[in-house]
Amino acid sequence: MQTVRDIFHFHGGLQLDEHKSISTSKPVQDAPIPGMLVLPLLQHIGQAARPIVKVGDTVLKGQLVAEADGRVSAPVHASSSGTVVAIEARDVPHASGLKAMCIIIETDGKDSALETSGLVDFTAVTAGEIRERILKAGIVGLGGAGFPSAIKLNPGEFAIETLILNAAECEPYITCDDMLIRERANEVVSGARIMQYALQAKHCIIGIEDNKIDAHAALQLALADADDIELVRVPSRYPAGGEKQMIYSLTGKQVPSHTRPLEIGIICHNVGTAAAVSRAILQGEPLISRTVTLTGSAIPQPRNLQVRIGTPIADLLSLSHSREDDIDRIMIGGPMMGFDLHSNNSPITKTCNCVLATHKRDRIEPQASMPCIRCGECANVCPANLLPQQLYWHARAQEFDHIQDYHLFDCIECGCCDVVCPSHIPLVQFFRFAKTTIWQQERDKEKSDKARERHEFRLERLEREKQEKRERHNRKKAALKKDSDKGDDPKKAAILAAMKRVQEKKSTDTPKPRNVENLSAEQQKLIDEADKRRADNKTTENKETDKPS
Amino acid sequence: MLTAIITLLVIAAVFGLVLGFAAVRFKVDSDPVVDKIDALLPQTQCGQCTYPGCRPYAEAIANGEAEINQCPPGGEPTILALADLLGRDPLPLNPEHGEVKPEKTVVIIDEELCIGCTLCIQACPVDAILGAAKQMHTVIADECTGCDLCIPPCPVDCIYIVPVKETVANWKWPTPAEAEETLDAGS
Repeated sequence: MQTVRDIFHFHGGLQLDEHKSISTSKPVQDAPIPGMLVLPLLQHIGQAARPIVKVGDTVLKGQLVAEADGRVSAPVHASSSGTVVAIEARDVPHASGLKAMCIIIETDGKDSALETSGLVDFTAVTAGEIRERILKAGIVGLGGAGFPSAIKLNPGEFAIETLILNAAECEPYITCDDMLIRERANEVVSGARIMQYALQAKHCIIGIEDNKIDAHAALQLALADADDIELVRVPSRYPAGGEKQMIYSLTGKQVPSHTRPLEIGIICHNVGTAAAVSRAILQGEPLISRTVTLTGSAIPQPRNLQVRIGTPIADLLSLSHSREDDIDRIMIGGPMMGFDLHSNNSPITKTCNCVLATHKRDRIEPQASMPCIRCGECANVCPANLLPQQLYWHARAQEFDHIQDYHLFDCIECGCCDVVCPSHIPLVQFFRFAKTTIWQQERDKEKSDKARERHEFRLERLEREKQEKRERHNRKKAALKKDSDKGDDPKKAAILAAMKRVQEKKSTDTPKPRNVENLSAEQQKLIDEADKRRADNKTTENKETDKPS
Repeated sequence: MLTAIITLLVIAAVFGLVLGFAAVRFKVDSDPVVDKIDALLPQTQCGQCTYPGCRPYAEAIANGEAEINQCPPGGEPTILALADLLGRDPLPLNPEHGEVKPEKTVVIIDEELCIGCTLCIQACPVDAILGAAKQMHTVIADECTGCDLCIPPCPVDCIYIVPVKETVANWKWPTPAEAEETLDAGS
């Protein structure tokens, strides 16, 4: 349905050289299956996936190799058939240049696929099951951020008014969404309908920049006379494809700071994601490939490729006949928001929309930054209505409390302020530094809170153990005392009885004098005398021993 | 005259009752300053400040028994935060209590060498070491605060300090100045 809709113009933004036509002249080509697939476990925002295969396992195309781990996570599937040869840290496309855990699959070239089945009529199942299938297919936002789509298709407690499909693709050089729409508009439209069903959204709008004439025509054709989806053109102005900017352009609603669009009844998805959702639901195919723009002055034949996830970027460069010596730098993403690739061995991941290789002859020497002259140009172009200059001061001084008073986290890192800054201050890098440092501090705080809790628990435990020991001791002591009072301890009784027996024996068993019968008086007298002496001796002895020495 | 005195006495009594009630009703159990100081400390529980843990140190600071510059794991940021909270002048870290580590560390136990004596378990202030008598011990790295208190008691010296690995998940963008320095160093 083609309707006339008032377009709202967001603040700031820039008119940039597009450089898009160089990569749209040829149709999307299927990139060959690489010899080695490198599948990072973390290709999305959230927790890394957990591998469920071992080294040596053979896998089929579309087979689950790592499952989602945690609530915000996405599974990873084998992009082609082959053997798992390693699960180890490898180069990944990330601004840090650090290595991360990957599953490495040596492909067998057969590309034998796992049998899959899709739904003929998606309305026959519940929205929850649609989300479940989308989660299992490993679909994440293909626009660049890579948030697991199933979560973003769950409205939860909110009633969703509008589903927006973002087809703006405003960044220079990138044309993968444009080409995807031109060639697979039907998939985009059916994906939009599935998403609308999953969200139970009242409206669905596809927002497209007015410079994508062919893509617009293709969508019009795919929509034909359907009136459930609105197709709206927005002016080409960077960053028209920013989520908040797109929402404002189409609806006039501003997403408040620290809230998600969901909370004002709007959900925004990328068109590439819609196409992937369509494939996952209707064909049962997990996300194993994506459209990637291979462009830049160092690429002799810039074009779009349908690339298996996990294909090393070096393979794509050799496919395009680019000479490594000519390449000055390779960026993942566009020139505004992309980051430098550190290693050509890094694979294409779910979120890599563009490989931009610039020729050495086009090298732009980074200009030394000068002091800020407070011209305010950055604030004029900021599409998020921020004050980049203020943010810059606080970021530089590392005043992370104050920087949040200026809504640092509303910055979308679009790079407009960098472009216009007459002093060439790398503002966005300051903001990225500030953001990641604040996150780090939050993580540290969380960790120290946990440490405090554990320490307190330990102290409590030690105290409890001490208490228990004391109690045990006291109980034992009390029991002993009670027994001795009562005297019914068998051991003690036995001892007492034995002692008593000995006593008795002693008293009764005094040796009796023998041969004392028939004694004469003389004899008796002598005996008596002797007895008397003995008795006397004993008393004196006793007396002596009684005397204290 | 009398009316005025009575009125004032009544008012005084009423306010006295209100204040007395409030004092009982809204009683603060622990000293809020101690809590605030404790919240700023890094909770390594390492005892380098000479107090047996972060909270006792916080109490000592609150009582004026300790200076604010005795916490090496917290380093300068903690000193500044404490100075800010307490309205004191920031001091340089007292070297008697140790030095600031250049990077965050945790410990690992060489499980081949461990004899299972449980001495490290008893030393760990946050119960981050797992094991039993005559059983191999291991450190729960996520819970380790890097206090290194388990190292001296180990009779076979099988506990090592390792830096916390930087991953894609906890990586931090350098400041543009830092980035330039690394570029200069690299070229």
